Amino acid sequence: MSTAIRTATEMGLIGCRRCGHVMQRPETVEGSSCARCGAPLRWRKPQSLERCWAFLIAAMILYIPANTLTMMRTINPFNATDDTIMSGVIYLWVAGTPELAAIVFVASVMVPIGKFIALLILLISVQRGSPHDRVGRTRMYRIIEKIGHWSMLDVFVVALLVALVRFDLFGRVEAGGGAICFGGVVVLTMMASLSFDPRLIWDTPEKT
Amino acid sequence: MTDNDSGVPEPVVRRPSRWQFSLVWLVPLVAAVVGLGLLIRTWMMAGPTITIQFKTAEGIEEGKTQLRFKEVVIGKVRSIELTDDFTQVKVTVDLNKHASRAAVADSRFWVVRPRADLGGVSGLGTLLSGAYIGVDIGKSEESQRAFKGLEVPPAVTNDSQGRGFRLVAKDLGSLNLGSPVYYRRVPVGRVVGYEMDPDGRAVSLQIFVDAPYDRFVTPSTTFWNASGVDVSAGPQGFKLNTQSLVSVIAGGVAFQPPERNEPPAAEGGRFRLYDDMASAMAPQDKVQLALRLRFYQSVRGLAVGAPVDFHGLQLGEITKIDFEYDAQRQRFAADVSAVIYPERLGNAYLSLRGQLKQADDEAPRRVFERLISQSLRAQLRSGNLLTGQQYVALDFLSKGEPTLAPPQAGALTMPTVPGSFDQIQTQITNIVDKIEKIPFDEIGLQLRDSLRDANQLLKTLDGKVAPEMQQTLEQARLTLRSAEEALGSDGPMQQDLRGTLESVDRAARSLRSLTEGLQRNPQSLLRGKPDDPVLLRLSPLPPQGLEQTPP
Repeated sequence: MSTAIRTATEMGLIGCRRCGHVMQRPETVEGSSCARCGAPLRWRKPQSLERCWAFLIAAMILYIPANTLTMMRTINPFNATDDTIMSGVIYLWVAGTPELAAIVFVASVMVPIGKFIALLILLISVQRGSPHDRVGRTRMYRIIEKIGHWSMLDVFVVALLVALVRFDLFGRVEAGGGAICFGGVVVLTMMASLSFDPRLIWDTPEKT
Repeated sequence: MTDNDSGVPEPVVRRPSRWQFSLVWLVPLVAAVVGLGLLIRTWMMAGPTITIQFKTAEGIEEGKTQLRFKEVVIGKVRSIELTDDFTQVKVTVDLNKHASRAAVADSRFWVVRPRADLGGVSGLGTLLSGAYIGVDIGKSEESQRAFKGLEVPPAVTNDSQGRGFRLVAKDLGSLNLGSPVYYRRVPVGRVVGYEMDPDGRAVSLQIFVDAPYDRFVTPSTTFWNASGVDVSAGPQGFKLNTQSLVSVIAGGVAFQPPERNEPPAAEGGRFRLYDDMASAMAPQDKVQLALRLRFYQSVRGLAVGAPVDFHGLQLGEITKIDFEYDAQRQRFAADVSAVIYPERLGNAYLSLRGQLKQADDEAPRRVFERLISQSLRAQLRSGNLLTGQQYVALDFLSKGEPTLAPPQAGALTMPTVPGSFDQIQTQITNIVDKIEKIPFDEIGLQLRDSLRDANQLLKTLDGKVAPEMQQTLEQARLTLRSAEEALGSDGPMQQDLRGTLESVDRAARSLRSLTEGLQRNPQSLLRGKPDDPVLLRLSPLPPQGLEQTPP
């Protein structure tokens, strides 16, 4: 199915990442710059896989405290309630707003985990030079890049509540360590997907 | 790369290793450090997890309900489950790290809910905040993870200063958990628990006396039940005794140490709880003697606990009243068991015992056997005519045929004689019978006739005798008046009499001078009177002549 595809590398060409100007590929890409915009030319993103791995691992590490630690602490005169992400989801579900519970669940649980899995699949398949379903993997990359920042929903909610709910004696909301970790998770997954070069998917030779 | 036409070797191009350490790996490292740090901190904050069993999870919420010690939050409920047999609720609580000391063997847990009891209202704050689990951290070093929760808050916490004691009572009375303990009517402690003895014959109470009052509890302190309103209708009449208003409602225990100084009693010491102050203050009765008494009369008003009296001294009390049928005499009999405490006789008992040849366990029995041989008898007497209470009196009564109860092992058979009350009753009955025999009707009729006769007599007197009587009296008065007139000082009779008496007086004087003259001059009877001055002087007749004559 991909017989018709010829890559620029095969044709001895290189494109500028900034302005998209296509040029003859020089002997050494290192040090050369775009003839039109002057941006440094890179054949592929430097250390793409390494960086992606690093950010992904960091994100996965932080995801554990993000879920186990308190996301938000609600304090009223009689009680202080600590909520983690999952306890919040359960609370919303029990409290009779399953739509909200679903949104929070999708944004805070499904999206990050989906991103981890997708990036893992991409990284492993590129490193092993797998030629399977390159189009599908490229689409997967596009999706995770698009939806990645929506995971910040939770962090926004907590940040807003902390800022707005300040009735000193009667109630207040504090952000817990979980919120910081979760924010870190979202940022790191975004950085991981940014440092991944989707062109690597196509670099492996076609199976004959 | 390696092939070259010129044959000049190319320098070895060392490709940078693909996995050479790059700065980007600091990111996951930092993430790992931060994440681990947070996790470790959380883990360090988290103490042990314990489970507590309660009867019900009312008011407890997963993830919300707190565990508090002295109102400080030291843990939180993680989950609530039913036990395997569905009889209890198992509450899992995560303790804070610094509160891990709470998970020791003698810690106690209870649910704090709004609670109103006689001691007051507590836990009002939980009306708004919801229930929480209270804990009283124990002193034990042994750690424990599973606990049984209390249904009511403990009355005494481990950190309260004071001492606990055990009281053994016949029954609980109106005491309950939290009932106050009084010393000189000052509340100094409370009842913290009670349990039935395993054999079901007594109740053991645990009390706690707060410091510094606990030192007043000494080994020979007496405790008594000062519960509620103690109204007793005994042979002494009605008696009402209360301790305080709280104890009226909630019951209470009072105690009194002996007069002499003693060291404080040890923690957990056992004491007897007397029913009332009187029995607590009674002398300690170590020597007991069981008595058997048989009465053929009614024992109405004789209750268990009624006194056995000896010359006004309460020597013992009735312990049991049985009914028997005496086939021989074909009468019902009351077999009364009593216990007496001979030591209450004091010195009298000691001297009686001293007269025995040997003093052993049988001594009290032999003392009383000897007294019985000296006609000591038991008798039912009325203690209080108003309430009809009776008591058994021991007295030396030689009259009457004694009744003997069938002998029983371990008990002394005390001969009885019919009671004074019985005798009085019989006598009163006899008197009433006699009064009934008096023919009041006849007496009444006769009395009426007599009165009628008397009336007639009076009428006669009034009609006939009275006028005559009046006349007679009139005459008598006239007579008396004339008599009075005749005898009055101005009356003629009086004057006549006076004149007569004067004449008599004169006559008597003349006669005396005559006799004197004759005595002196008897011859004058014959010769006539000489002119003798003496004679002249003595003669009263010529008084002028005498006055003129010099003496």
